[in-house]
Amino acid sequence: MTPSGSQTVGPFFNFGLTANAALGTLAGPGARGKRIRLRFRVFDGTGAPSPGDAMIELWQADAEGRYPHAEDPQGAQADPHFQGFGRLETSPEGVCEFETVKPGRVPGPGGTSQAPHVNVIVFARGLLRHLHTRLYFAGDAANEHDPVLNLVPAARRATLLAAPGEDNVWQFDIRLQGGHETVFFDL
Amino acid sequence: MIIYPPVPPGSQPPYLHTPYGSTHHRAPRQPLITLPHTLSERTGPVYGHNPIGETDNDLTRHFPEAPQGERIIVAGRVLDEDGRGVPGALVELWQANAAGRYRHARDNHPAPLDPNFLGAGRAVTDDEGGYRFTTIKPGAYPWRNHPNAWRPAHLHFSLFGPALVTRLVTQMYFPNDPLIPLDPVLGGIPDAAARERLVSSFDLAITQPEWALGYRFDIVLRGRRATPFEEPRP
Repeated sequence: MTPSGSQTVGPFFNFGLTANAALGTLAGPGARGKRIRLRFRVFDGTGAPSPGDAMIELWQADAEGRYPHAEDPQGAQADPHFQGFGRLETSPEGVCEFETVKPGRVPGPGGTSQAPHVNVIVFARGLLRHLHTRLYFAGDAANEHDPVLNLVPAARRATLLAAPGEDNVWQFDIRLQGGHETVFFDL
Repeated sequence: MIIYPPVPPGSQPPYLHTPYGSTHHRAPRQPLITLPHTLSERTGPVYGHNPIGETDNDLTRHFPEAPQGERIIVAGRVLDEDGRGVPGALVELWQANAAGRYRHARDNHPAPLDPNFLGAGRAVTDDEGGYRFTTIKPGAYPWRNHPNAWRPAHLHFSLFGPALVTRLVTQMYFPNDPLIPLDPVLGGIPDAAARERLVSSFDLAITQPEWALGYRFDIVLRGRRATPFEEPRP
């Protein structure tokens, strides 16, 4: 059977999908690891922020690189105080911010190890299909050998790097189109 | 092991679909980079621990009084590409009310809001992948995409299957709606058969006597069982 076709979330999803602001917190009080905040900004091809009509979803491993999921051989040991999933709408300024911990390294293909990363999905009015990207942490020594980052032309890799700021906030700009367009992945 | 073959050409909309104006400044212009599936893509949010309330799948019972409009039942199965039911999938639904108005601060369509209708619900599929909602048939509504543009009546669906790869947001339409051939959102899907699969069918078996018409809507998520003749996507 052929998978069902994707359709846009449209502009009016928030009462259905993002009413629960608790989904901005991935790491509960007892979660292990380095506590950080991830601050997203979403821009369209005109450079304008997406005013409240984009949604960001996150899926990330815990601080030891484990996903609480049957496919992960280490999943049973995943941190019970960490839920891995986040979802927020963008503000009128196109911004949203998650509380989480820095993810650990996850196994990659062929015995490799992936650099710490957060899987990011972008939904918005004007996107008939959602977009997948990945957030990596600028300056992390593991980035150089990451098997996925190395699939990306060197000149575009910087679009996948979150920038460190004050108070453990990492800033990640998503540019849907145009100069410095974010790298998106076909899964 | 579940594998996730590439989606068949034509079954999914492109990012740039000129008749849908909002895609012009939001569609990426650079080619997407093919990502071999790692543990990050083969895992995904599991919703088993999030309790679903008793009336979460009945949008007509979220307020003390019944909402205005035509009560309907929408039911179906969530399937994988082998046609097997996907159990434990979270299905979220949201929609406009019977007059074609969303309960959203920026929906300024001059149609009445209904104090007894929010328009959001959710369900988790049963062991056979089945789900069921009771709701109100949404109205068509105008939008500014092109002159005299109207969206056909539709329900928004959001689904989490077993993996990041199976995430799906789509829309369900109603049979015999004259607005369907004019709609640039559904029209974004190139393949006619794929468009048709987003149109529900009237089903007398789902219809509840003296109560509500029933519509069937099955949803297929990515993923199939690996066989010795198939290799996982490189």
